[in-house]
Amino acid sequence: MFTPKNVHPYARKVLTRHLEARRRQLALPRHLTSGPAGASASDYEGMGLDGLTESQVQVRKAISAICRKFPDEYWAQKDIEGTYPNDLHRELANGGWIGICMPEAYGGSNLGISEAAVMLQTIAESGAGIAGAQTIHANVYAMQPVWTFATEEQRFRWLPPIIAGKQRACFAVTEPNTGLDTLRLQTNAVRQGDKYVVNGGKIWISSAQVAQKMVLLARTTPLSALEKPSEGLSLFFADIKEEDGVTPRKGIELRQISKMGGRAVDANQVFFDNFEVSAADRIGEEGKGFKQILHGMNAERCLLAGEALGLGHAALRRATRYASERIVFNRPIGQNQAIQHPLAQSWVDLEAAKLLTYNAARAYDDHVEGKGSAHTDLGARCNAAKYFAAEAAFKACERAVMSI
Amino acid sequence: MRPSPSRLLNILVPVKRAVDYAVKIRVNPQQTGIDTNVKHSMNPFDEIAVEEAVRLRERTDVSSIKLVTIGPPKSSETLRTGLAMGADAGIHVELPESAPAPEPLGVAKALRAVIERQKEPVDVVILGKQAIDDDAGQTGQMLAGLLGWSQATFASKVEIDSAGKEATVLREIDGGSEELKCKLPVIITTDLRLNEPRYASLPNIMKAKKKPIEKLTPSDLGVDLTPILQTLKVTEPPKRVGGGKVENVDELIAKLKEAGITAA
Repeated sequence: MFTPKNVHPYARKVLTRHLEARRRQLALPRHLTSGPAGASASDYEGMGLDGLTESQVQVRKAISAICRKFPDEYWAQKDIEGTYPNDLHRELANGGWIGICMPEAYGGSNLGISEAAVMLQTIAESGAGIAGAQTIHANVYAMQPVWTFATEEQRFRWLPPIIAGKQRACFAVTEPNTGLDTLRLQTNAVRQGDKYVVNGGKIWISSAQVAQKMVLLARTTPLSALEKPSEGLSLFFADIKEEDGVTPRKGIELRQISKMGGRAVDANQVFFDNFEVSAADRIGEEGKGFKQILHGMNAERCLLAGEALGLGHAALRRATRYASERIVFNRPIGQNQAIQHPLAQSWVDLEAAKLLTYNAARAYDDHVEGKGSAHTDLGARCNAAKYFAAEAAFKACERAVMSI
Repeated sequence: MRPSPSRLLNILVPVKRAVDYAVKIRVNPQQTGIDTNVKHSMNPFDEIAVEEAVRLRERTDVSSIKLVTIGPPKSSETLRTGLAMGADAGIHVELPESAPAPEPLGVAKALRAVIERQKEPVDVVILGKQAIDDDAGQTGQMLAGLLGWSQATFASKVEIDSAGKEATVLREIDGGSEELKCKLPVIITTDLRLNEPRYASLPNIMKAKKKPIEKLTPSDLGVDLTPILQTLKVTEPPKRVGGGKVENVDELIAKLKEAGITAA
């Protein structure tokens, strides 16, 4: 902030008062302004807790305690090496966190996506970023449609190993030619006796290298034979690895895609060549896959919004710390409005994103609990949260880099 | 008459809500104390005490682990943290938000009153050796004095023989360590190296929500927690001035003399 020097004492007093008033008018959070009354910018610790429920605050505290074990150096190393952050997955599984929104009967804790979003935000915000969040997020959101629509037998077979971290799941919907246009997916699964034979391919499937299970959406009725285009897809929870948990089964190939960043967690192109999935691993009725997957997608949107929020706050934290430490012309660069304002605007965006995100997550949880009548626009809310939080995070990262 | 079977141990762990260890402390503008509008968590030494109680249950016959805290309404969060680590129940001696922080003697008297009103007699009290906010380091010792119990402070290892009603405690002293054997009931205060506290797992956090917390007031205990000491002024330590390098011993001696330091 500009501090008037070399001026007449009275003029300085007036100017200072004027500037103080303006600062109050802007009503920027104390930790983003500097000056005699404010705290220094280096105290910025991330998102405030106001507006969160008691159980969300508890989740945040417990998760940040775990994440303190994984400093920035750990994540930098993982990114350079391109090795999977198994340690974090193990730590979270040991603490029972993967079962955060699965039912208690199978070893879960029966909380909602509201709490899961806080968990993933806190992981990302700790400095682990999206890579850290990705070590478990598919095990959280992709399991939502799985347990919701699975039979009792399937739940007992599938949920405990995922919650205990003995098995991991990946989520396979997107195809090279069909992303958003989910109803036109081409990968097909043809029933042959007590199994389905799958052919086709998926792309951008994260964690497929380390996962044993795949939430797979495939076409069981050709588009041309359908009256309702939404009823040709079926959902499977397929075994993709041999008994050893590492070797891909016959008929599936997982080809890792090299990326520019976020290298710790693998992304893959998947090829199916007469890949067999047991009919016992189909979730719910044949042809109902699209509706089921939407259930998981709304959960995913909320979690991704949370992860973006965390990433944005992590960037802002680094930028504000740097702005208060870096001295140019005998004062911290954070005293210049050219540095202050973009960061303050980022904070505002992230605060707004927080409201959208946790509102959407609550709407999702209400919907699941059967209180959904007030939220007919659930999909729109979840999408809005994901979009806005991602934009806010991107801006925060970009501005952090520019400040540094 | 048959000898009565050895009774299972009852452990009491007093815990304090303190400014989080990672927070940078700032003196308030009135210089009457510190800015408390910051993140709080359980005093780290108390966390070690809770952990030790939970570990004792894993290796000896423990009947109950009860927590007690004295503080504003938010202190119940600290109790929940301890309950999630494995304690069974909590007692919250609630003070108004604006009440001044109680002093060690007041706390020790309140703890004595808590211990005396327990239906099942308390056998072991495990406290942190000090709280990281005021660093008084007196409560455990005062409590032992008030109750006339054995005390083993700065423990780095604790073994309890519940049948023989004896505790063996290794304590950290300047020259190394000292082994004490004391009769129960005993007051133990924890040192940093006693154990490494666990992270509460999510299922245990969920269970902790259903564990009972008894609310009391100082008057229920018949104690007065009004401070008897008066704080005149709180100031930040003087800013550190950067050091300088000297070329040789002569220059060093000259600098020392300059600073008024001479050989005795």
